[in-house]
Amino acid sequence: MVPKIMKQGRWAPWLYLAPALIIMLVFIVYPTIGTIRLSLLDETSTHSAATTCIPNQPCWGVFENYRYALTDPAMLTALRNNALWLLLMVPGTVAGGLFFALLADRVRYESVAKSIVFMPMAISFIGAGVIWRFVYDIEAGGGPQIGLLNAIVVGFGGQPIAWLSNPLINNFSLMLVGVWLWAGFCMTILSAAIKGVPAEMLEAARVDGANEWHVFSKIMLPTIMPTIVVTTTTMAIIILKIFDIVFVMTGGDFGTEVIANRMFNLIVTNAGRSTAIAVLLIVLTIPIMVFNIDRFRKEEAAR
Amino acid sequence: MNPLARLNRFLGKLPVHLAVILMCVLWIIPTLGLFVTSFRTRQAVNDSGWWTVFLPQPKAVGLPEYTQYCASCHGADGKAIPTANFSDPNLVNQFPSAASLLVMLRKPINGKPHLINPTLPSAPRDALNTLTPLISYLQTLSGQNQSTGRFTLSSYVDALVGYKGTRNYLSDCQQKVASTLVQFNCNISDLANPAGMGVAFINTILVVIPVTLFVIVFAALAAYAFAWLDFKGRQWIFALLIGLQIVPLQMSLVPIAQLYVKLGIQSSFLGIWLFHTGFGLPYAIYLIRNFIGSLPRDIFESAYLDGANHWAAFRVLALPLAMPAIASLGIFQFIWVWNDFLVAKIFLTTHPVLTVQITNLIDPRGGNWNILTGAAFLSFIIPMLVFFAFQRYFVRGLLAGSVKG
Repeated sequence: MVPKIMKQGRWAPWLYLAPALIIMLVFIVYPTIGTIRLSLLDETSTHSAATTCIPNQPCWGVFENYRYALTDPAMLTALRNNALWLLLMVPGTVAGGLFFALLADRVRYESVAKSIVFMPMAISFIGAGVIWRFVYDIEAGGGPQIGLLNAIVVGFGGQPIAWLSNPLINNFSLMLVGVWLWAGFCMTILSAAIKGVPAEMLEAARVDGANEWHVFSKIMLPTIMPTIVVTTTTMAIIILKIFDIVFVMTGGDFGTEVIANRMFNLIVTNAGRSTAIAVLLIVLTIPIMVFNIDRFRKEEAAR
Repeated sequence: MNPLARLNRFLGKLPVHLAVILMCVLWIIPTLGLFVTSFRTRQAVNDSGWWTVFLPQPKAVGLPEYTQYCASCHGADGKAIPTANFSDPNLVNQFPSAASLLVMLRKPINGKPHLINPTLPSAPRDALNTLTPLISYLQTLSGQNQSTGRFTLSSYVDALVGYKGTRNYLSDCQQKVASTLVQFNCNISDLANPAGMGVAFINTILVVIPVTLFVIVFAALAAYAFAWLDFKGRQWIFALLIGLQIVPLQMSLVPIAQLYVKLGIQSSFLGIWLFHTGFGLPYAIYLIRNFIGSLPRDIFESAYLDGANHWAAFRVLALPLAMPAIASLGIFQFIWVWNDFLVAKIFLTTHPVLTVQITNLIDPRGGNWNILTGAAFLSFIIPMLVFFAFQRYFVRGLLAGSVKG
């Protein structure tokens, strides 16, 4: 389906696109091609990755770095953790952000309330690391707890909990930081979409006697659905490359490793493995791309 | 509206209010912790949780002794006798130990014993034990006792002027510490100290504002083409663009740095503008294309019938109608670049931005990490103002009248 609505010159579209496309070609596409090349070389980027194979051990030849990216125990932990982050944090932030945007839309102090949820976004990750130190800190000796959570636990007579080093809970502790940080992002985008739903449509439904749930599910939700999908897509991509929370809070220790942190740690010591992980990240987004293109085709056909 | 109906309406909305307020409280608590901490002394931060400042403070050491022996003449605040004013640090410093205070107390004043009722215990050891907490209380009265001083602005002042020492800028200046006087003038001109946050603040502004504008303008143009123009490979290029969002910018650092050296624009504002713009564009185009693309087709068609061309439709229809999306994009682009550390560290070495400057301030041995608390808040003010300023674009009714019911 062609979106053509009026006459256009043959080159007109490219004039609109040129500045953005040229900049992206230079700064993203060209380095990505280099990245793919490096991912087939060894750690010094001089020989083929096949030379790093050890005799009598499994070997993927020139794709040896990809064998590392897909089978190394540290990478398996990272892949598992990223899957967990995706499963919990994408719904957590999108639903949380939507819920809050809808509620805030109904109160008069909306702008203050939204600013509070948005606030974590404005704090640099350096500040965020310090902030959560005062939440998760553990004082193992007899001294007073300066971490808020453990002060509460101890206040109720419990034993202090190692929120960041206990492998059973530390991933969830980190995800909590993630939701705290990113819910404001989803809220802002979704709030803009909610404001875009024409008031007369909502009023008409209410006059017709629809209850609030129906107004939401039959009118609001379908209208803002494209934005929900966009926000979900963006969050999925952000979570796939989540890095700074883990880097600042645990450095990937105690079983909290994630893909992007592995990539970052290897960038100096082993460019081949690091770039193979980067390419793996790009490959992981292909389903997201396919899904989005399919959706845009349908949307354009319908309008 | 009569009062009963108003009450009814309020009660009906009560769950909404409670939910909004509960979520706000949960969200603000961690930040509040940092905010409170930024005003506390380094010692206090390590000794007790930040929330203890909201609890009643334990009585200061030595208060009972002071009340028993001194308060009747010197007053509860120690200022009742002007010639023996306990709020004056110089006076209190004459008695660094209980023994020196005892000597003073044994001396007669105006021919009469210093202490009449009650008198100190006669055994010297008991007398000294009574006086030790009193010394501590006198130091509290004169404002010298660090652990009892509850709040300080030193985290902020130190960060602003770029103080790296182990004490704090204000007290160093007061006591004329030589190592501090070498670097600082101890007056308002220190705000422009190259290691401080003032200069870094200007550098950050010079990076962030052009990048935000570039991203918005280029992305809006491209998004319009993807949404309403027809060209070969439209879907494919757009698919690629979604994929570009995942490319980690760390992968571009080395090749682009090499390219910049060849072009001679390493460590220039132009270099960092282009780099940030490049990595801001994929998401920006994706977001705005989604918004512009979902505008109703008929408003563009009727514009065409009125004789408008694409350029006019872009400026008069698409841009204004996409304002909520552009506003949220502007907010985030601003904040991401404002809080960027890695790119600025590599591509703008000669003009440190805020994040780089803050990490420069940190003593690698961890002696002054509390400076982060003040610096984090100073750096956070502008993004919050931007968020407030752009809020006014999030209004209902931009599309009013353009949609057929």
